[in-house]
Amino acid sequence: MQSNSLEIARAKAHSRLRAILRAVGLIFIGGAGLLTLSGTTSAETQLLNVSYDPTRELYREINQAFADEWKAITGETVTVRASHGGSGAQARAVIDGIEADVVTLGIPSDIDAIAKATKKISADWRSKLPSSSLPYTSTVVFLVRKGNPKRIRDWDDLVKPGIQVITPNPKTSAGGRWNFLAAWGYAQTKDGSADKAKEFVTALYKNVPVLDTGARGSTVSFAQRGLGDVLPAWENEAFLVLDEFGRDKFEIVVPTLSILAEPPVALVDGNVDAKGTRKVAEAYLKFLYTDKAQAIFARHHYRPIKAEAAKPEHLAELPNLKLFTIESLQGNWDDIQKNNFDSGGLFDQISKR
Amino acid sequence: MSDLSAALPRPVESQLSVVTERKLVRWVAIGIALAFLLLFLVLPLIVVFAEAFKRGLAGYFAAFQEEDALSAIGLTLTVAAIAVPLNLVFGLAASWAIAKFEFKGKSLLITLIDLPFSVSPVVSGLIYLLLFGAQGLWGSWFMAHGIKIAFALPGIVLATVFVTFPFVARQLIPLMQEQGTTEEEAALTLGASGWRTFLTVTLPNIKWGLLYGVLLCNARAMGEFGAVSVVSGHIRGLTNTIPLHVEILYNEYNFVAAFAVASLLACLALLTLALKSFLEWRHGADLAGGASH
Amino acid sequence: MSSASLWRFKQSSVIPGFGITLGYTLLYLGLIVLLPLGALVTKATSIGLTGILSTAADPRVAAALWTSFGVSLIAAGVASVFGLLVAWVLTRYDFPGRKLVDAMVDLPFALPTAVAGIALAALYAPNGWIGSFLEPLGIRVAYTPLGIFVALVFIGLPFAVRTVQPLIAEIEGELEEASATLGASRWRTIWGILLPPLLPGILTGFALAFARAVGEYGSVIFIAGNLPYVSEIAPLLIVIKLSEYDYTGATVIATIMLAISFAALLLINLIQAWSRRRYGYV
Repeated sequence: MQSNSLEIARAKAHSRLRAILRAVGLIFIGGAGLLTLSGTTSAETQLLNVSYDPTRELYREINQAFADEWKAITGETVTVRASHGGSGAQARAVIDGIEADVVTLGIPSDIDAIAKATKKISADWRSKLPSSSLPYTSTVVFLVRKGNPKRIRDWDDLVKPGIQVITPNPKTSAGGRWNFLAAWGYAQTKDGSADKAKEFVTALYKNVPVLDTGARGSTVSFAQRGLGDVLPAWENEAFLVLDEFGRDKFEIVVPTLSILAEPPVALVDGNVDAKGTRKVAEAYLKFLYTDKAQAIFARHHYRPIKAEAAKPEHLAELPNLKLFTIESLQGNWDDIQKNNFDSGGLFDQISKR
Repeated sequence: MSDLSAALPRPVESQLSVVTERKLVRWVAIGIALAFLLLFLVLPLIVVFAEAFKRGLAGYFAAFQEEDALSAIGLTLTVAAIAVPLNLVFGLAASWAIAKFEFKGKSLLITLIDLPFSVSPVVSGLIYLLLFGAQGLWGSWFMAHGIKIAFALPGIVLATVFVTFPFVARQLIPLMQEQGTTEEEAALTLGASGWRTFLTVTLPNIKWGLLYGVLLCNARAMGEFGAVSVVSGHIRGLTNTIPLHVEILYNEYNFVAAFAVASLLACLALLTLALKSFLEWRHGADLAGGASH
Repeated sequence: MSSASLWRFKQSSVIPGFGITLGYTLLYLGLIVLLPLGALVTKATSIGLTGILSTAADPRVAAALWTSFGVSLIAAGVASVFGLLVAWVLTRYDFPGRKLVDAMVDLPFALPTAVAGIALAALYAPNGWIGSFLEPLGIRVAYTPLGIFVALVFIGLPFAVRTVQPLIAEIEGELEEASATLGASRWRTIWGILLPPLLPGILTGFALAFARAVGEYGSVIFIAGNLPYVSEIAPLLIVIKLSEYDYTGATVIATIMLAISFAALLLINLIQAWSRRRYGYV
């Protein structure tokens, strides 16, 4: 009697089990199918460009342009993948083993960090490409709400009580570091004293209610979430906000003096040799210096090093202002990074409360 | 013996007993509870869809035309298709060992199985970076042998497996304990093999609980953000899962697309809740093991 | 092996498969959970106890841990209070749509945290649906510690509801009736008779909500504002430390948080042991 009911239960269970097994099998086949699918796409050459935060729109266009050009010249298909984030965080990912063929970061010290930690980039990477490995430059300008309700004209207005400044965390973001250095350099140039400059940045960062990890996070805080009165930002990022959110909502204020921001590029020798992608990766970096790429930089509001390649109307949009280099004030990049941003540096000192 | 099993969503057979509060008190209580739930649960859900459809149907579907969005969906499905079966097999093995036998150190084992549940997602990602990152313990060895783990599919799968580790096991252990061992012992006495006993006696008894656990495991696997974010590397079209793609779109001022892709995950959550409710309604008694002691 | 008869690891059973299932369980647990966590603790302790203490005492780390702890405690408390109310209403009262509301309670559990994060940020931003109402009142939720609180209440709610719900369903009607017959007011019946047996459930729910809240990342970072010393949570600081190439700092914070997770789990087990002794059930 018991064996009979057991028999029935067994038969029932068998049919159900078969259904379950079939379902599990389907999931596995589906998964395997997807894997092979992604496998076939990786049969063509793939490059990985690990870049900083605000270049998302830029490199989407550059990567497509390069792929087209490469196809036209060699007949080979190349896909350039991009990864974006705070420049420091991106450098750390490369140190941790993400297989970047090229890095296009926001500030030279982040590439130095990779070179030091992994030896995958040679220490003299700056001299390997034209103009100190800078295919374009940029600067820091202010983005304010339409009509400039807080009457912000220059850096001095940013340290006034009651003004809220939105800027990213200099520890993780290159844009954050350029903002910090620009403010410091402005005060140093004006007062001629490092102590005064320290007081100035201390007062400025007292006015900061939100420190996002990347420049893009800060822009979202300011533009989308409506936080703060002024956003010191990459020039290209400020223009992008005007394009994305409308010129009727925000306007750009150009300070009397700002910094020459230098976002460099470099080949990751260790990775391209391991992957066998050196030829394409080198061609990609060279492509950044071609007229075609330079024109794209200008269209995205970066400052191309070959101005003649850019359309005049794009260049005309970029404001004329006095720029200083941080190296002229603080010496070499090892010291700039160490004195300002490493643990116990100037930024740590001023942000203690 | 309830620990986390009490916390994982679990069917409750509600009985409407004689209500003894005054009518006014009752309605005030209901009002406050519903207002609270509206504010904290319903509005966030509605805002996802409202933002997603801000620019109409065309704007909504434009988000899914992009190659990167499709590859993110593909990657998320792949990760879930690997991670969920792994934890399913583990859940079956662990609950068999724990529920059908008495041995020393059992409660410690259960606590360890629960552990990933309360570990921060960020820590869950970090630990695999410490092992498999280039600077990690074994990272350089794996890299030298051409095996990519961090910033590739295996790393994402590992982080997901960790985060969803206890889900199936915790659903099954109380259920199997409730059912005891008499049926299995009967089958064995009648000459069935161990494997056959499992398939024909145990599995039919726990199948709904199993499905329930798999459902929760899957929802969590597809939606994990923090842990995956640490090990992914955020390579467009390659190592971005759906939640990471949402973050990227959000950071690119593409709010409509971000919420559109997010609505996909919200639909998954709603589907999970619906299936879960259906299971509770239909098979409540088969799921409720452990809830009532 | 003669000691086996005196001290047995496992009681004998006719059921097969103990060795293979336990072996697999331990292997899988070891590979996926214990080994990586061990690597974390090893890395963190490599700088010695003084190193760990000085990292934890760093003002910014201490502030982040304090924020994570403090806000999580408050959020878990609020979630417990409202969770009790919601569980009570769902179990004891009947109203239209009750089943639907009951199903919705698990939403925070099923909804991916990143989705919850951007949704809450959109709601509570100064120009959002709720934020625009609060702004004239001078209340800022998004990008302040209040924002973290909102996200953590959201995360903790299902735990607070689901741990007390079965206990409310099991309340014995006779006790309640007896209390009322003996002349106790309704309020006194609730306070004196109904609530005490629910306490273990409430505490378990609180501990679970707290454990989840302390580690929560996805839903918080979109709404927190992430300002050091004010609204920066410990998990975010781990990510920031990583970005600064400070692996040791990251692992030390992670280890401290791991210890908190352990403590929370231990607390839950203690509560349950206590309630088993006192009430005879969990």
